[in-house]
Amino acid sequence: MLETGHPNPKYKLSKSNEPIWWSLFSAGGVIAALFLPVLILLTCIGLPFAESADQIFAYERILPLASHWIGRLFLLVVIALPFFHAAHRLRYVVADLGLEKLGPLLSVVCYGGAIISTILTIIVVISL
Amino acid sequence: MKPYHRPVPKTWWLKRLPYFLFVIRELTAAFVAFYCVLLLVLVYKLGQGPEAYEAMLAFLKTPGMIFLNVVAGLFVTYHSVTWFNLTPKVMVVQIGEECVPGYLIAGSNYVAWLVVSGVLAWIIVRM
Repeated sequence: MLETGHPNPKYKLSKSNEPIWWSLFSAGGVIAALFLPVLILLTCIGLPFAESADQIFAYERILPLASHWIGRLFLLVVIALPFFHAAHRLRYVVADLGLEKLGPLLSVVCYGGAIISTILTIIVVISL
Repeated sequence: MKPYHRPVPKTWWLKRLPYFLFVIRELTAAFVAFYCVLLLVLVYKLGQGPEAYEAMLAFLKTPGMIFLNVVAGLFVTYHSVTWFNLTPKVMVVQIGEECVPGYLIAGSNYVAWLVVSGVLAWIIVRM
């Protein structure tokens, strides 16, 4: 029931789907915080500079790792959830930095972008 | 009568260091999204075959990308640090009358971060 215990029934709690986005933001934040720094370190600093990098990142080695069902699930989670984290955070910081007049359009762009990106991620991970 | 809203300048976040650090923290999300896009493209290229994948690796080794990725890495690390430092505020663990001290909660998150990073690095490098 959306009515409060207030004697006047015209007072209702306002509906908001913000909790869904906030939960995805939280989950994405934990995943991004735990996994992204080491991934960036390996792929963006290890890869160019380590001697055995070409061996480690060789196609024949990485493909089986990534196409294992655990690898696919891991990639899906590590890529898609941080998109939702970024969408929610950017939606609010862009509003704070002056563009709040965009209102609902901002939400559609941010969350819509995250949803589209997730769909793309699912497609890419399935077709590995 | 409408309530009066004091005009807030668009540069509000440059006026004080805490405001600036807050906006930087929030903007780390842009770098998180940037790297996730990069990772998605890398995985896509992996699925496209060895030539596409090797080309992507070569692209990641160019100086421009290394620079961008180092910057992104710094911002993403700032996200991790500020995130874990917030955990004592959101996860209040009470034992009887007292709360578990903040540094223990944040500390256990940092330990988890280290363990997770180590395991992932081991899987990628050694397996």
